[in-house]
Amino acid sequence: MTASPAGRASSAPLMGRDAEPTLFEISVPGRRAYQLRTTEVPARPLAELVPAAHLAEVPVAIAEVSERDLVAHVTRLSHRQFSVDLGMYPLGSCTMKYNPKFCDAVAADPALASVHPAAPAALTQGWLEILVELEERLCAITGMSAATLQPAAGAAGELTGLLLMRAYHESRGDARRRVIIPDSAHGTNPASVTLGGYEVTTVPSNDRGLVDLEALRGVLGPDVAGIMLTNPNTLGLFEEEIEGIAAAVHEVGGLLYYDGANLNAILGVVRPGDMGFDIVHMNLHKTFATPHGGGGPGAGPVAVAAHLVEFLPGPRAVREGKGFAWATPSRSIGRVHGWHGNALVLARALAYIQVHGAEGLTRVAQHAVLNANWLRRRLAAILPAAHDRMCMHECTLRATALKDAYGVRALDVAKALLEEGFHAPTVYFPLIVDEALMFEPTETESPQTLEALAQAIERIAERAATDPEGLHRAPQTTPVARVDEARAARHLIATADAARE
Amino acid sequence: MADYLPHTPEEVEAMLAFVGVDSLEGLYAHVPVAVRLAGGLDLPAGMTEPDAAAVVAGYGAANAARAAELVCFAGAGAYDHEVPPVVRALAGRSEFVTAYTPYQPEVAQGVLQAIFEYQTLVARLSGLPIANASLYDGATALVEALNMAHGATGRSRMLVSSGVHPHWRAVARTFAAGTGHEVVEVPLLEGRTDWSGVDPEGVAAVVVAYPNYLGVLEDPAEARALATAAGGLFVVAGDPVAAGVLRSAGSWGADVFVGEGQPFGTALSFGGPYLGLFACAEAQVRRLPGRIVGETLDTEGRRAYVTTLRAREQDIRREKATSNVCTNQTLMAVAAAVQLGWLGTAGLREVATRCAQGAHYLFDELTKLDGVAPASPAPFFREFALRLRRPAREVVARLAEEGILAGVALDALVGPGDRSIEAPEEVLLVAVTERRTRAEIDRYVVAMRGALQ
Repeated sequence: MTASPAGRASSAPLMGRDAEPTLFEISVPGRRAYQLRTTEVPARPLAELVPAAHLAEVPVAIAEVSERDLVAHVTRLSHRQFSVDLGMYPLGSCTMKYNPKFCDAVAADPALASVHPAAPAALTQGWLEILVELEERLCAITGMSAATLQPAAGAAGELTGLLLMRAYHESRGDARRRVIIPDSAHGTNPASVTLGGYEVTTVPSNDRGLVDLEALRGVLGPDVAGIMLTNPNTLGLFEEEIEGIAAAVHEVGGLLYYDGANLNAILGVVRPGDMGFDIVHMNLHKTFATPHGGGGPGAGPVAVAAHLVEFLPGPRAVREGKGFAWATPSRSIGRVHGWHGNALVLARALAYIQVHGAEGLTRVAQHAVLNANWLRRRLAAILPAAHDRMCMHECTLRATALKDAYGVRALDVAKALLEEGFHAPTVYFPLIVDEALMFEPTETESPQTLEALAQAIERIAERAATDPEGLHRAPQTTPVARVDEARAARHLIATADAARE
Repeated sequence: MADYLPHTPEEVEAMLAFVGVDSLEGLYAHVPVAVRLAGGLDLPAGMTEPDAAAVVAGYGAANAARAAELVCFAGAGAYDHEVPPVVRALAGRSEFVTAYTPYQPEVAQGVLQAIFEYQTLVARLSGLPIANASLYDGATALVEALNMAHGATGRSRMLVSSGVHPHWRAVARTFAAGTGHEVVEVPLLEGRTDWSGVDPEGVAAVVVAYPNYLGVLEDPAEARALATAAGGLFVVAGDPVAAGVLRSAGSWGADVFVGEGQPFGTALSFGGPYLGLFACAEAQVRRLPGRIVGETLDTEGRRAYVTTLRAREQDIRREKATSNVCTNQTLMAVAAAVQLGWLGTAGLREVATRCAQGAHYLFDELTKLDGVAPASPAPFFREFALRLRRPAREVVARLAEEGILAGVALDALVGPGDRSIEAPEEVLLVAVTERRTRAEIDRYVVAMRGALQ
């Protein structure tokens, strides 16, 4: 395979390496950018409208910049930022695939974006239809009965799912105490369990990187509310004994929760519902390419099996006659969002699903798995896989050989990849793998880009032998070099005002 | 049908051979047959983008409440403010839109610095020293504030004014089922919180909204005194636009400020994505939920930004984390910082002032009509509640026929038994932003007169 720079941000640094001043540093008293409508509303003094006790003596200072300065400032900031549009972003567990511009256009449509969330259902039928259509499709994809679209991100979905679990058990007069989580799980899982009012019991992985079924049976009991599983798991491996796991958990009256972080691997191939899961959350910003926005907005809908539908958050958009209406399930756990969820993200996801259709989504999963396995094999000599067999959409590799031979660690490899014009993979996760580098190439990267990534890693391995010190100092061609994280934590400067003190 | 896969059939064949399987299905050979989906997904076939665009246009056309059809006087926590092309263009830059959480600071200085500027602005608006990088929305920010109060005091009793948005209170109740918090909703009397008879014993947090969801400017001092007496945290849920001219939460003695950041650079968006504003006193910083960006240096001594105090977070502390928040609303935070930069000091003040001027003008005109009375005698800022002769839902439907979204019928907002207002079916909540012209307001008044006759 020939390497091509298509997915590589080879021109970094784009804007030199000087710090960009803050908005506050470019502020000049008297400058203005804003322009408002001419309203001709009587301009009564504020003091006549609001009791003096409530008015600030000195109104808050923001900044004073021209529109041109603002544009230059923010554009320069954007040039100090890696993104999927710029190059390959193989960040394991994050599914940083290409985000179709069409979906951006959907979210920008004023006929969707200008609608007030409290407008009556009769005046928002288009939006309710979007929500119903999306819920139905997500249920078809996951094999579940109904869903809430309110949770704003995956972690919000997890907590919602745990509250559903709690409501279900309590409705049966069945107080339970523990939720089981594999040792390979994302950190959000145990954090959500605590907020759901449960205790975490960790179940170890076996030497194949999968849930140890015997160990699981050992920790199951009548006080277990359920288990949270990611399948494929965070190592990128399919939990092959899922039927046994499901049977064992259901046997003690527990529920199975599916963490949808890795749903991209199995679209159209396996459905969580068919694996025995009772509750499923999805990360629309991963699987359905609604972009991640530098850390949100996401969307984390939760779909459930029939026995849990009555507990779903409300209100939910439902079909009613020829139109759509809001309805709250009979034993709803209540609201989990101020309004209806991240609606524009939901509209993007629906558009993505509509464009792809059943076959397109299945091909998405297949190509994601193909790319990950190709990369796993291609890199086997330098970064062997933690578990050397067929993976799903991501592969967990290890830098232990480089560390043992040259003292070059996974972090060094990751930082050197930034110099090479690629985003780094996820490092040191899952926690159970030493020197882990988790690559998720996604389906939208071409084989030429994968080859370019592999050749970059080969160059890094060669440097490890000849110049390990240089790798410890990488990256050098990025807008800043390695940053002093300890200093940031020791002496917190979280605002420009604190910085000046 | 469209897809975005680059592979040619020849490349797929070559890659499969390299991997050692003979078909795409073969990649899943180790997946138990019993759980595999036979026959494919039960979904419609895919379509091209232009064809899908036509479907989406149909959804839009079915939204009678879109801005092209109705002039918006609805608020209740979601406001129709100007979002200029420059803000949309900058916040819409794909470098921000298509980045992940800034885990690799060397190539994420753009997002990190934008968040740092956002944190600075939220801290200034709240009058508190520290703000985080955003939460999902105002409602979930309130939940995090309650969790912080529990962490700070070890107590679980939360006194929440019924002047806090009804949906926020509903969300707080939902999550209390997991945390075991007791959420006590303190009633309103004529639009103001009636703190009399409230026992401060064992209270973790006292929460007041400023202005409250009915638009009323309450005196936060009483709630502050109650929090002090109880030894709990004082939480102010504020309107960030009003904060442009009102005394800050910090100046009222707040330990925590939470707010809904939608008014800064985010369209109405049918309720999301919005962003939760969260700021707190220095003493609570180690209990902050979610991401915080801090300033530091790189190895060459240059200023750099990085997510910090990471030991609080879920991926490090797992079940002992201060919050489970991971993904938040960064893009909305970037938009808020850009919008505030565009408004500047003078612009924010002018927007806040114009909101108040428009609201008072409309209030004065509407309350001259027969069948319209103020729902409360208390002073308000940019939003107000009216008691109408006819059911508010009917009035909203009627005015929609005249091109006006008249406000929010309160019985659609509050749950049964809510202690913020009596007979909510008679009450209409009306908001005015800087975008409403005198002509639009006058048209509203004429339409209301007609609707009440």
